[in-house]
Amino acid sequence: MSYVLSGHVRDEIEHWKARFPEGRQRSAVISALHAIQHENHGYVTAEQMNAVAEYLDLPTIQVYEVATFYSMFQTEEVGRHNVAICTNISCMLRGADDIVEHVESKLGITTGESTGDGRIYLKKEEECLAACCGAPMMMVDHKYHENLTTDQVDEILDGLD
Amino acid sequence: MSDDIVNIEVDGEAVEARRGQMLIEVTDAVGAYVPRFCYHDKLSVAANCRMCLVEVEKVPKPMPACATPVGEGMKVFTKSPKAIAAQKATMEFLLINHPLDCPICDQGGECELQDLAIGYGRDVSRYNDGKRVVKDKDIGPLVSTDMTRCIHCTRCVRFGEEITGKPQLGTTDRGENMKIGTYVEQSVDHELSANIIDLCPVGALNNKPYRYSARAWEMAQHATVSPHDCVGSNLYAHVLRGTVKRIVPRANESINESWIADRDRYSYEAIYSGDRLMRPRVKENGAWRDVDWEGALAQAADVLKSADQDKVALIATPAVTVEEGHLLSQIADHLGTANIDHRVGRRDVSDQDNDPMYPSLGCSIAEIEQHDAILVAGSNVRAEAPIIAHRLRKAAVAGAAISFANSSVYEYLFDVANYLSGAGLVELLAGVAVAAADGNSLPDSVTELCDGVTASGAHKDVARSLAEADRAIVLLGNIAGRHASYTAVRALAAAIAELTGASFGGLSEGPNSAGACLAGVLPHRAQGGENRVTAGLDVASMLAQAMDAVVLVNVEPDADIHAATDAVARLAEQAFVVALTPFVSDALLEAADLLLPTGTFAETSGTYVNVEGTWQSFSGVASAVGEARPTWKVLRVLGNLVDAPGFDYVTSVDVRDEFVARLGEISTSNAYEASGRIAKVNGADAPANDIDIPLYSVDALVRRATALQLTDEAQRARAVSDG
Repeated sequence: MSYVLSGHVRDEIEHWKARFPEGRQRSAVISALHAIQHENHGYVTAEQMNAVAEYLDLPTIQVYEVATFYSMFQTEEVGRHNVAICTNISCMLRGADDIVEHVESKLGITTGESTGDGRIYLKKEEECLAACCGAPMMMVDHKYHENLTTDQVDEILDGLD
Repeated sequence: MSDDIVNIEVDGEAVEARRGQMLIEVTDAVGAYVPRFCYHDKLSVAANCRMCLVEVEKVPKPMPACATPVGEGMKVFTKSPKAIAAQKATMEFLLINHPLDCPICDQGGECELQDLAIGYGRDVSRYNDGKRVVKDKDIGPLVSTDMTRCIHCTRCVRFGEEITGKPQLGTTDRGENMKIGTYVEQSVDHELSANIIDLCPVGALNNKPYRYSARAWEMAQHATVSPHDCVGSNLYAHVLRGTVKRIVPRANESINESWIADRDRYSYEAIYSGDRLMRPRVKENGAWRDVDWEGALAQAADVLKSADQDKVALIATPAVTVEEGHLLSQIADHLGTANIDHRVGRRDVSDQDNDPMYPSLGCSIAEIEQHDAILVAGSNVRAEAPIIAHRLRKAAVAGAAISFANSSVYEYLFDVANYLSGAGLVELLAGVAVAAADGNSLPDSVTELCDGVTASGAHKDVARSLAEADRAIVLLGNIAGRHASYTAVRALAAAIAELTGASFGGLSEGPNSAGACLAGVLPHRAQGGENRVTAGLDVASMLAQAMDAVVLVNVEPDADIHAATDAVARLAEQAFVVALTPFVSDALLEAADLLLPTGTFAETSGTYVNVEGTWQSFSGVASAVGEARPTWKVLRVLGNLVDAPGFDYVTSVDVRDEFVARLGEISTSNAYEASGRIAKVNGADAPANDIDIPLYSVDALVRRATALQLTDEAQRARAVSDG
């Protein structure tokens, strides 16, 4: 059985496809993958990428290329909550490395890994998310959390189901 | 015009260039060498290897010659200190991750990276960190991978996107982790896929069957010609001490450009197949025993001499060379028989008197891509002639309307204008003919065939695209040639061409249908196309009648003969069958009484005339296997033994020269004129089971090429034929 795109994903693809000239449907790949990843608890499978390729009439390799190129897409199974701690310059100067270390020891995993219960995925490396004024910061499931302390981090992580 | 020309200076010399041309084309044209990896003249410009950096006056940074368009007054320095420094710096980066495994790399000695590293590399690496290691991929039985060696030029990726139209290789991940691959493991399948071996400038993609079996500098390179289809792709055989180790393309822009089909590249494996017949063998009371050549030839000659002249049959295939055809045809003349034919695939010969002098494409191979509209009828063109299929694709990519008419649907990797299918070929073409006539009168020959036929929208679209095009052609394929109602198919296709003002042509079978026709390996025509006074028997009729002697020239009766059913059983019933053959098979053991081992295309010299009428001679490149002898030499001795006059040729060139001297003017006309009104086909329009010969089943060599038989394509075909 091959993967069937949900109605929402198809609407999303059509929405983006319509914004590009005819024959440039390749431009809708990123938004298609985002939509699928969102539905699929944080990662996309080869089967799903094939479905996107088929829907957009593209060679499958062109979808694989996009999915593997961008760090926003996970192509292996990961925990359902995406935790990305910025370690770029401003956050680093404001103690991002301590936050990472704290989270790693709290969850018992290193960056790039998921917790055994499939709850949290700690992103391998996160570059600047343009919230330097609130450094150190992290993004949890697309939501920004700024001016972090370890206590706040504990609270946020414990609040995830 | 003068606006299109710009004057530039390359290394101090004034040069004229076309506006918009890339610098590297100009420097190549004037012979100022610029090193490169990713640039290839048949592929789009990627400019990602940065090896071709050159200095351009008034530009602060070095520019990539492959991606810098020429401009008026531009001064380019390809060997200035700045250019050389940039090239050397690029080389240092490229070598950072490249393994130092040249001594065990098949590319060693013929490697673009190795060559340029000598010119531009440092003696010692300044890089002290870990090198990148990339896992090898399994992309099928034809191409081996050593991806750690890859320098990411993306030639193979662009080949898939631009040449085959089937992108399977791509660049996944990025930065340090970027790699070339298929992501999900799969074989890279296309009839031209192995050309990526030649494109790869390093040892990342290599020839899998050839792996570790020779070094480039040990082998001798000999020119030869492909024996698998009507194109006659130009090849080089790389030969080590008399053994063919591999085949690579020999560039010829007018025929195969710089590509060859995978079967051209790998069929050489069959030369060393376990099926080779090593010495002559004779069947006595149902048991086979080896005999010497002298005895075998004497026996063959005795049988031929004592046979009733009407009961001698000579059957060859379209792979017979011009020289072999000339000798065979003279032996037939001397024996007084006209039972000689090479059309083993043609079921319908009823209209043979209206055949052209030889079957031709109707244009040159290179001209295919200059057409605006093409109708290909009765063809699985990607299997029949991969290079023609590539030319069709080029035409389509350039905007031509390519339509197909065929009972089954085949995949084409370009936008097909119209694909007519789902009915017999006669029915499909009758619809197009009616649409092309558009109410006007049809040629008399097809009026009955078109009687009661109405044209659908798709029929009309096809007819209109042919009629409206500046340059259009109707091409018949091998499936049409094997059709039980070929007469009707051809008449309809010719009518469509006539009504729409298109030219008319087709693909022929094997490498030398044209040469075999000219040489008179035909029952109804003598050499040079002259009609015989009394026509002999075609292949099916020969097999249907009791013969005293049958000579098979490199024919595999079970796989090559489509003109008749039960060919093996019918041959087994014949009084005496002599088979000249490179291979022995169960079918031949059953059908024949005497087996004479002949050489494959690599072990013989000869000439093929391809579908556009180009004569291509080649010499033997490999030592004979076992006691095999070139077919033309066997026929020469046989001719002598049956006392045919003038059989004192020393070389195959003597045979060809004599033939050419005798041959009058060759007519290349494809004009078709039917003898009269062609009757309705009444049910003979359904395609026969074996009408489409799979890509890797076309001839005895391909059928025995191990790597080709391991491909997904071959396995799929086998699964279909095994039901």
